[in-house]
Parts: sequence; C-alpha cells; structure tokens
Amino acid sequence: MDDVAIIGVGRTPFGRFPGQTAIQLGATAVRAALADAGLEWKQIQFGFAGSYEVDNPDAVINFLGLTGIPITDVYNGCATAASALTQTANTIRLGEYEIGIAIGMDKHPTGAFAGYSEEYGLPAWYGETGLFLTPKFFAMKIQRYMYDHGISPATLAKAAAKNYRNGSISPEAFRRTPMSEEKILGSRMVNDPLTQYMFCSPDEGAAAVILCKASVAHKYTSRPIYLKASVVRTRKLGAFEVHSPWLPLEREEAPTVFASRAAYEMAGIAPDDVDVAQLQDTDAGAEVIHLAENGLCKDGEQERLYAEGATEIGGSIPVNTDGGLIANGEPIGASGLRQVYELTRQLRGTAGDRQVPGTPRVGYGQLYGAPGTAGVAILSL
Amino acid sequence: MAQRVVAEGLFDWPSDEPRLIGSKCQVCGLVAFPAYPNCPKCGSLDVAETRLSTRGTLWTWTRQRFQPKNPPYLGIEPAADFVGYGVGYIELPEARVEARLTVGVDEPLEIGQEMELTVVPFATDADGTEVLTYAFRPVSQSVERS
Repeated sequence: MDDVAIIGVGRTPFGRFPGQTAIQLGATAVRAALADAGLEWKQIQFGFAGSYEVDNPDAVINFLGLTGIPITDVYNGCATAASALTQTANTIRLGEYEIGIAIGMDKHPTGAFAGYSEEYGLPAWYGETGLFLTPKFFAMKIQRYMYDHGISPATLAKAAAKNYRNGSISPEAFRRTPMSEEKILGSRMVNDPLTQYMFCSPDEGAAAVILCKASVAHKYTSRPIYLKASVVRTRKLGAFEVHSPWLPLEREEAPTVFASRAAYEMAGIAPDDVDVAQLQDTDAGAEVIHLAENGLCKDGEQERLYAEGATEIGGSIPVNTDGGLIANGEPIGASGLRQVYELTRQLRGTAGDRQVPGTPRVGYGQLYGAPGTAGVAILSL
Repeated sequence: MAQRVVAEGLFDWPSDEPRLIGSKCQVCGLVAFPAYPNCPKCGSLDVAETRLSTRGTLWTWTRQRFQPKNPPYLGIEPAADFVGYGVGYIELPEARVEARLTVGVDEPLEIGQEMELTVVPFATDADGTEVLTYAFRPVSQSVERS
C-alpha cells in the first residue's frame, strides 16, 4: 500500500463568529490549506468532510467550486476528525486517488452538549433522571484515577494553566489569556473535582488537511510530513466510558489504549520516539489520563511530570502546544484536524512562539469522545 | 400526592424492599443493568430478568452542580431553585451501577464507603405528580434495621 504525506494544513481561529456559518468557516479553512500546499481546489480529487451540527458539510463546495469530486460526510462524535482523516488516508493508500482533503467544521451553541439518551442506544430514563451528561463522566473518571494513582487537584490545575499559557501564544486560539493555577482551582466547582476553568467549551471553527500519495509529495512541497498511522477504535465491554448506566466488574482498557497500540504498530514508532503530542483535553483530567493511555507515561507518573514541567513546550514531552481544547474550545468536526495542523507546523519547525525546541521528528494526536470512541494519528518527518 | 416511576421495569415498585432489575445472560452469565434484550458481551438473545443486590460500595463519584437541560431532564424547577445532587457508581456484587446519590452538594463522599439502594422523588410533573427514581444513600444515613 502507498504511504501518505501531508502537504497542506489550514484552520480558522476557533471561538465565536456571529454572522458566519460553519460551512463558510469550512471554506476559509480549505482555502488556507490549499494556499499552504500551493494547490488550487480543482486539483483536489476527493474528500471527507466532518461535522456534528451541519448535516451536509460537503456543501462547502458551494464556496470552492462545483468540480464533481466524490465527498463523503462523516460524523463520529468527538473522533469525527479522526474518521475523516483516516478515510482520506486509506483512500490514498488503496491507490484510488492521489490527492484528497479532510475537512472539519462546526458551530455549537454555548454550554455543555445536550441530547437524548435514546439517540445513544440508552433508555430514556437515563436522560430524564439527569445522568446523560458528559462533564460528570469525565469528573468521575478522573476522580477514580486520582484515587488509584495518587494524582492531586494541583496537577489538574497545572495541566489547565499550561494550556491557557500555550493558548496565549497561539494566534488562532479561543482563550488567549493566561490563568493562574490558584484561579483555576478557585473557580466555580462544576463536577467535583473539576472546576469551571478545567473544562473546554464547545465553540466554532474549521480546519482542513490535504493528503497525497507519498511518492508524489515532492511535486508539491519540499517539506512533506508523513502520516504514518491514523486509527479509530470503539470501546470494549468493561471500559469505563461516557454514558454508561452500568459497568461489569471486570475492567477493560479504554478505546484510546487500543487505538494507540494499533497506531504505534502501524507506524513502526514507539512512545519514546514521540517529540510532541496533542491529546484530547475535554477537561484537565482527561489530558492527565490520556498521557498514560497513549503510552507517554506510566499511570501516576503525571504527578511528577507536571510538577517538573515535562509537558511544557520546552519539556521532555510537550503536550497541547497550541493550548489544546481548553484554550481552543471544541468545534467537534474540526478538533482533530486542528491537532494535525499544529503537529504539522511543529514538525516543519514553523510553529512560531510555541515551537518545540530541537528538531521534533514525531508528532502524536489523540481524540476521545462519546460514546467511547478514540482516534489516534502519528506524524513523522 | 400522586407519584409515578420514571420507567417501568427499572426497579420493583411499589415495594417495601425494592431492588434494581437487570438481565442475566443464560449463555455466558454476564449480568447487565438495566435489563437488556440481548447480552452486551456475547450478543445472545437468551437473557432472563435478575434482581441486583441492594448494598455495595462507592466506586467513584462526583456532584452534578449545574441543572441539566430540560428536556430530556425532567426537573423543571427554575434554575435558582435547582439543588445539586451526587452521582456515583456503586460496586454491587453483580456489577457497578451508576446512580444519583441522596447527598447534598456539601455532604462528604468517599470512595469505598458503604451505600444502599433507595427510591426517591427527583422531579415533579406539571400536574404535580412526583417522579420516582432509584438512588443510593450512605448506609450511615439510613435507619438501621435491627
């Protein structure tokens, strides 16, 4: 099968954009990716487009050109972008096309995501009794994790503070004001042990990634970045997952663990090789847990790693160098492509103020969301 | 006051000693909650109703401090009147069950503490009917049976 290269990345700022539709934001991101690749829209041969709020994100072609190419719309919860990226990569690997695009866009109302439990294969009473809520799941997962592995609330505050700090030097981030650990810990308790400023917010934005067959990448760029693996996995019985009215006594690893292992194997890359990571930080606790679920540390090591600054831009394992979801917010369809955008910039050495020092060679991205779906992408020079 | 259960088949009601109703796979033995029409482990359709134990330990917890959106949440009180509630997973001998906890937002909770099943009103319909659901309460909070 053919290898796949990333030759163009683009994103909009994430935040609130009254008067602009998600599809218009999507077109802006696509144009940015085309400009980055030095391509015109008519050279794009196929695409996958992801969104939660937009039924037909492929309508973005209204603003780009009706060239008749196949575009498939995808939705897969918070792992939507991983699905768009994986399908785009696999279509190239299969040899059907040479150049394709993964597009993600969303425009969410404010506040926590809400919906009906029946739409997730759960009984109606689950929502009616006030249990169908994602924030309290993340709270209960980190609560148990802190108990099992000796993680303190101070470490959660350190993770969030780092992401606000990184957001303050990321021009496209939503939250661009640094925040002290004291202010984060002292903000309104939302779902114990998670406070208001430990959570990300649903918001608006778009991102796009142009992929091509690796053997032709040098026609378009002198600095191709290779997408070594892109993997999606769903939960197995026993994993402690969002929207679970019950769990069997026998525990199973999280879907992230399986996606991660498969991606490392596909890429021929080990956790020790990762130079920069973008992890799903729906909340500060999720980032802490995901560090271990992706093999980047052992359970419990986070307490020391965050205290030592290991996850900072200049640390041994920089995490969420663009501020992650906490600073960017989460337009679901675009979130994972934002990670790929950031990792590509880091590996090219063009990440500006937030550039990881040295020559990062391997970038790692991970998404996780309802109802227990994970996506992992591994990039390398 | 008129009362109704939030869902039939979720727990025994009316009952002096209500229990949660799950399902047990007749092929692989897995106990699931609530009662499933199939086994979520092996996929078998050969499942039978089973009652879960009423006592267990708190496996993890949080507090729901903001009012969930209505719908689907049945609580329709004004936001200012919303009272937060505990949520946790109770480790029973058969499974870990997610539940509302009958503790206010200021009452302490600890992983490992003993909890027992109860049935409580948690919302009131527009016509005044109280809606009942299952919940767990700290054992020390209950009236000890002698």
